[in-house]
Amino acid sequence: MVERAEDEEKWLAAGIAGLQQNAFYMHRALDSNNLRDALKYSAQMLSELRTSRLSPHKYYELYMRAFDELRKLEMFFKEEARRGCSIIDLYELVQHAGNILPRLYLLCTVGSVYIKSKEAPAKDVLKDLVEMCRGIQHPVRGLFLRSYLSQVSRDKLPDIGSEYEGDADTVVDAVEFLLQNFTEMNKLWVRMQHQGPAREKEKREKERSELRDLVGKNLHVLGQLEGVDLDMYKETVLPRVLEQVVNCKDEIAQFYLMDCIIQVFPDEYHLQTLETLLGACPQLQPSVDIKTVLSQLMERLSNYAASSAEVLPEFLQVEAFSKLSNAIWKVIEAQVDMPIFGAVTLYSSLLTFTLHVHPDRLDYVDQVLGACVTKLSSAGKLEDSKSTKQIVALLSAPLEKYNDIVTVLKLSNYPRVMEYLDNRTNKVMAIVIIQSIMKNKTCIATAEKVEALFELIKGLIKDLDGDLHDELDDEDFKEEQNSVARLIQMLYSDDPDEMLQIICAVRKHFLTGGPQRLPYTIPPLVFSSLKLIRKLQGQDENVVGEEASASPKKIFQLLNQTIEALSVVPASELALRLYLQCAEAANDCDLEPVAYEFFTQAYILYEEEIADSKAQVTALHLIVGTLQRMHVFGVENRDTLTHKATGVILVELHLFIKPVQPVSAETLI
Amino acid sequence: MNYLIGAFKPSCNISITFADGKSRKQVPIKKENGQTVMVPLFQSQENISGKISIEPLQGKKVEHNGVKIELLGQIEMYFDRGNFYDFTSLVRELDVPGEIYERKTFPFEFSTVEMPYETYNGVNVRLRYVLKVTISRGYGGSIVEYQDFVVRNYTPPPEINNSIKMEVGIEDCLHIEFEYNKSKYHLKDVIIGKIYFLLVRIKIKNMDLEIRRRESTGSGANTHVETETLAKFELMDGAPVRGESIPIRLFLSPYELTPTHRNINNKFSVKYYLNLVLVDEEDRRYFKQQEITVYRLPETS
Repeated sequence: MVERAEDEEKWLAAGIAGLQQNAFYMHRALDSNNLRDALKYSAQMLSELRTSRLSPHKYYELYMRAFDELRKLEMFFKEEARRGCSIIDLYELVQHAGNILPRLYLLCTVGSVYIKSKEAPAKDVLKDLVEMCRGIQHPVRGLFLRSYLSQVSRDKLPDIGSEYEGDADTVVDAVEFLLQNFTEMNKLWVRMQHQGPAREKEKREKERSELRDLVGKNLHVLGQLEGVDLDMYKETVLPRVLEQVVNCKDEIAQFYLMDCIIQVFPDEYHLQTLETLLGACPQLQPSVDIKTVLSQLMERLSNYAASSAEVLPEFLQVEAFSKLSNAIWKVIEAQVDMPIFGAVTLYSSLLTFTLHVHPDRLDYVDQVLGACVTKLSSAGKLEDSKSTKQIVALLSAPLEKYNDIVTVLKLSNYPRVMEYLDNRTNKVMAIVIIQSIMKNKTCIATAEKVEALFELIKGLIKDLDGDLHDELDDEDFKEEQNSVARLIQMLYSDDPDEMLQIICAVRKHFLTGGPQRLPYTIPPLVFSSLKLIRKLQGQDENVVGEEASASPKKIFQLLNQTIEALSVVPASELALRLYLQCAEAANDCDLEPVAYEFFTQAYILYEEEIADSKAQVTALHLIVGTLQRMHVFGVENRDTLTHKATGVILVELHLFIKPVQPVSAETLI
Repeated sequence: MNYLIGAFKPSCNISITFADGKSRKQVPIKKENGQTVMVPLFQSQENISGKISIEPLQGKKVEHNGVKIELLGQIEMYFDRGNFYDFTSLVRELDVPGEIYERKTFPFEFSTVEMPYETYNGVNVRLRYVLKVTISRGYGGSIVEYQDFVVRNYTPPPEINNSIKMEVGIEDCLHIEFEYNKSKYHLKDVIIGKIYFLLVRIKIKNMDLEIRRRESTGSGANTHVETETLAKFELMDGAPVRGESIPIRLFLSPYELTPTHRNINNKFSVKYYLNLVLVDEEDRRYFKQQEITVYRLPETS
């Protein structure tokens, strides 16, 4: 509405002009000590503030100019008082003004001088002023007037240790004054919501937003009073403020003021009044963004906990955790329409709080996750990215806090939360988990833990329901599987039996991975197994005799079957290399039949599966090379294997070079 | 000033002075020609005494049939100009017929004069007190001199002074309860009270408290009523909601009020009313008028 804006500019300019003109005459009167004229022109000047034509933003400009002029008038009044003019008479004199708004601005100005003169108790003057201001029921004008009152009285409150404190005047009176002014200002501010036509609601709400700090200022002043100690806050300040917050039934006011309370008063106070503060939350309008309020509170308390270890017992003493989780539960119950994102954010904040304050209480952490699961179960699998992002944040928090996946694995509800992620996000989370493990070099040392971990990262291990292969980006997939491959190094136990269990568990899971995954996952598994074998080599053979315990033979058997799985891919070249590695390991264990078996498998692959001629050359070189290193073979086996190799080689040569003469096999080997 | 009836030039100066002229309080009154002069202030039952001085001019001598001084209390109705009604008339003979050829002074005294009504200057009526000196002459006309003085009477604070408290309104529209702390106020009093809103269904713009003076003169078919709004004091700016209580504190000293006059000599009355006015967004006015009694409290020196 350009016209409106232009009109407003005009009105503002006219208001400023009128104000300045009357100010000029007022100054003249001040200079010549003419009280009558000073009052006359100041009243006229203040009449400019009676306008209804300005938005709060523009009204503020006019108000500030009037404010500056009133400071000069106040100084004049002070001088008059010093010269013997009766302040009481002056207090009455300004009340003769016919129009109420100028009258009250003048009254507050004289009131300020009156208090400073100490001719009357501060509390009496303050009480009178805050009462008389009731005459202004127009929201914008009333808010600015009361703001003026707040400003001029700010340094004259009978706080503890102030010069205005007396026998009868105490901080109780200061608090009463501030609470009353606050209550009246909030009422006016809320009233703005319902004024004017429905179609201008947005404009009104914007204007309300511009004025909110005028209301909040009262709480700031309250917070700065020396005399407002914990008891005063608990008994008087908080209950009264909350009463107004709840009763006003206004969404905008409630949200702003709850946030104000949390920001203004010390964290220690919040801890000690947690029940009262939280008790107000379910009483607020359902449309209030309570999750943000509670998140703010929990964030502050988390920081408070982090600031010093000395405060932690306080958290326990007030049972902060149970109070907060109850409050959140109640809010989520009450606000049935709260979107999932909201609930998860709340739980996320609570989790952060718990991790800061009670990191040792895994049961608390699990409880929070459990509550989250309960809420998620009513929503089913999530579709919106905001919520999923929030859940990832939720799940990442314990990882970052503990830097130890083993601790996280103890959280029974952790995998249950992950169930609710869509497949893609599930994988993202799995990567996050693996990254955490790699970064912290966490060792996962039992098969049970490995099982638990694989449950979490199952999205990477195998195809989940609904997965479409086309979706998989090649690069991403490679990254994923490489992550999994790297992970294997961290799955380790010093105890060989346990290690074998681990290997079996991993194997079991990897084999469900499907042809695309096996080329990535099988090799590290094989090397891990070979490592175990090498370790067992050094041990006494007698010890290795029981059925259940690990032995190289057993492991080789397992390896054979494992590498065989690569045939479904098919990944013959890879399998061949792995067989040869195993053969070498068997050689080092002096297990001739095992070594022989591995070579056999390798040969089969070479003859039947490897078709590409270049690959054949490479494979043959590998076979020959490995064979050369074998010392475990007896004459017979060696001959057989060599013959196969040479036969193969001869055929090879026949292909590449013109046969001049048959070459002796001996020569070659 | 000499009022000459039937002669052209003044033949003597008459001056009237009061015995306690220097110590007695003086108050301003506006004369008919618009000038403001200061005159002495008396109250009922006081003694009014002083001196008359007659000084012939230019060596002339004044022959007369007698000199007297009258104390008159008069009510004058403006719509019946010239209709003076003397409710009080006292006379003192000062001199027997004779000649005055040099300055002559005569003392006078009116003791414990009953002056039950206050001086009043209104729209359609005025009540005044005056000393009138008359030098009677047969031909050439009498020489007359006037001296106004003001009478104010004081009332002690009333023993009973109930507050005024009422619930008024318009069905389903506006219900308010107003309260004024007294029903009788003195001239330098303060009206303290409040307006409590029980029901508000109209959009109120503001609320004023007016002080209205109703002067009624005459009687029966001949009654004239003049109403004047002496004060318009804004009580509230903006629209209240149900449950709001708006304070009233109205100082009476800045306004030109007089005490309530009831049926003064059956000639006129002056009454005061508080008129509470609420104005809505469409400039409709809702009002409630309530009479109050105004009185004059003795001044503490």
